[in-house]
Amino acid sequence: MANKVFSKDAWLEALGGLKEHYRVFLPLKDGDFFTYKPIEEAKKIHFDYDNTRLSPKGLIFPQSERMFEFSLDTQDPEANILKEAPKDDSPRAIVGVRPCDAHAVGLVRRNFDNPEYRDPWWVKHVEAATYVGLGCNAPCATCFCKSVGGGPFNEEGLDAMMVDLGDRFLVRALTEKGEEFLSRVQGGEAADEEVLKEARELAQKVTDEMPDTVPTGRLKDLPVMALFEAPFWEEVAFACLNCGTCNYLCPTCWCFDIQDEVYKTEGIRLRNWDSCMFPLFTLHGSGHNPRDQKFQRVRQRFMHKLKYYVDKYGDGVQCSGCGRCVQFCPVNIDIRRVCGLMDAYEPGA
Amino acid sequence: MIQYTDKIREIAGRLLKDGTVEVFIGYRKGTVPMMNEPVLIRDPDQVDTLHWDVNCGLNLCNYLTRRTEKIGILATGCNSRNIVTHIIENQIKREQLYIVGIPCTGMVDHRAVKRAVGGKEILSAEQQGEKLIVKGADFEKTFEIKEILQSNCAVCRHRNPVEVDEMVADPVPEQEGVEPYKDVESVEGMEPRKKWEFFTRLISRCLRCYACRNACPLCYCPTCFVDESRPQWVGKSNDPTDTMTFHFLRAYHCAGRCTDCGACERVCPVGISMRQFTKKLNKDAEELFSWEAGLTMEQRPPLDVYRPDDYNDFIK
Repeated sequence: MANKVFSKDAWLEALGGLKEHYRVFLPLKDGDFFTYKPIEEAKKIHFDYDNTRLSPKGLIFPQSERMFEFSLDTQDPEANILKEAPKDDSPRAIVGVRPCDAHAVGLVRRNFDNPEYRDPWWVKHVEAATYVGLGCNAPCATCFCKSVGGGPFNEEGLDAMMVDLGDRFLVRALTEKGEEFLSRVQGGEAADEEVLKEARELAQKVTDEMPDTVPTGRLKDLPVMALFEAPFWEEVAFACLNCGTCNYLCPTCWCFDIQDEVYKTEGIRLRNWDSCMFPLFTLHGSGHNPRDQKFQRVRQRFMHKLKYYVDKYGDGVQCSGCGRCVQFCPVNIDIRRVCGLMDAYEPGA
Repeated sequence: MIQYTDKIREIAGRLLKDGTVEVFIGYRKGTVPMMNEPVLIRDPDQVDTLHWDVNCGLNLCNYLTRRTEKIGILATGCNSRNIVTHIIENQIKREQLYIVGIPCTGMVDHRAVKRAVGGKEILSAEQQGEKLIVKGADFEKTFEIKEILQSNCAVCRHRNPVEVDEMVADPVPEQEGVEPYKDVESVEGMEPRKKWEFFTRLISRCLRCYACRNACPLCYCPTCFVDESRPQWVGKSNDPTDTMTFHFLRAYHCAGRCTDCGACERVCPVGISMRQFTKKLNKDAEELFSWEAGLTMEQRPPLDVYRPDDYNDFIK
């Protein structure tokens, strides 16, 4: 696989030259925080963010996406027939993705792209995307990727990886898509062994120094009903506002709700991000809601990520350790603490 | 704020031990800087988890709704006004509460602090008297707390609780000469089109996460209109018209009830200046009805009652 080294200025210029091949998205400063936006909106590009406020999941799983359109006009011979709404699946390059957010794509894939079920839009959007990562030289205190199967230089889910070497970026292709991306980037020089070694040593050092703070080892062996009935849920849930901040900022929350919206004789079928914190989330048509209390909804969020997912797929938790919910939960409900309570739980003790 | 913390623990322990209250609602120290977590204590042995500092900017009254126990609760000026509002709106009974009053000199605006350190990661932010010492990996900065207050606290005129059973300390002096509605006046002066643009821009980042609504003690409806599905009053996507509908209706529902506690603004994950929606209504309530919410239990709020001499110049 190809490796190239760019001066920082050359890299920014090269990204600007990719327009004919890709729609390029990257983290841009938006008020007090960074958010993924098209490169055309860039006034200045900084690759010095901790991470974006919202994860890049919205680029492949939009908060609101038109699935179908339909007509209710009785004169229209095609009335009441759902027609797929046009979508843009032209190639897009998502540049500067932190490894946790790329790792999250793999965790979410199990839901949207598996032998039983393929979500056509999610799959097409991911296929159209080239993920170019940015290794984390300075993980935040709230990051815990290393505890959940990732790491600050984890390559899983990425097509290429940028490593910040001070005045230069090393960009390494990791997949064929990444190879293609790199071949289209103008400028740069082939990386020599010295640069590769410098990047390897940096990655090793940062990874080694990052603490492994969140225990998850016992989760898979604890009986599911014991955890479900554990005594700590009321206490964990007390402060919760039942807002959707954790869900909406999370790179691995995948739940959605389907809605029809009609204006006069025209209608659209949309899917919107849903939140397991909302009272409407599992409200049945009958009026019954199996999770009509706050603590049940809070328990659902943590049990889904840290137990049901673990049991169903046998490959770790549904969390990539990005720490957004830790930083931005308005009432400081900290998943690291909750995971610790669950992992340490002694049924019957 | 060590004095407050110690006193709060002492009071909570006494109330739980002597059976005055069954539960006590306060804060515990957060796991990340400038964040504390509301906590409910049942066991007098647990009172040492209680904590107080300038990062207790949520509104604890929010946690009273539909509780049935005898409750001890901490209350700053604005929180106590919401408790009064809860009582006069029949959401809780006065005799169910033991209100521990906190003379408050304001809460820190965590976004302003983050901005002031250039957006760098903050590893610790400790209060030392009137100062906040903020540390990151490669910096340390000391702030005068009065320079970094939440915008609502900077213009607060009711720092001392209005309804208490016991105070943790002597009342603090109220701020004189504040101009609480200066920002509203600038919006009032705009042409209608500019106003629309102002509010459109304000909500452009809104995620419809409802943190603002849910952090507000006034929002206790069993089912909010945006959560109704039969009938569905408002679309659930991030369509700007639906989002605007939510924000305006929410604000109007707070008319004559909002205490400007700032919780809505504090909790917004994308930093929307939520107070801009409610402040004009507060200003109207004050100018037209001489009313500030939650100051008294002796008088019904203006929108609860009809009087022949009510302001009616808007009827043309």
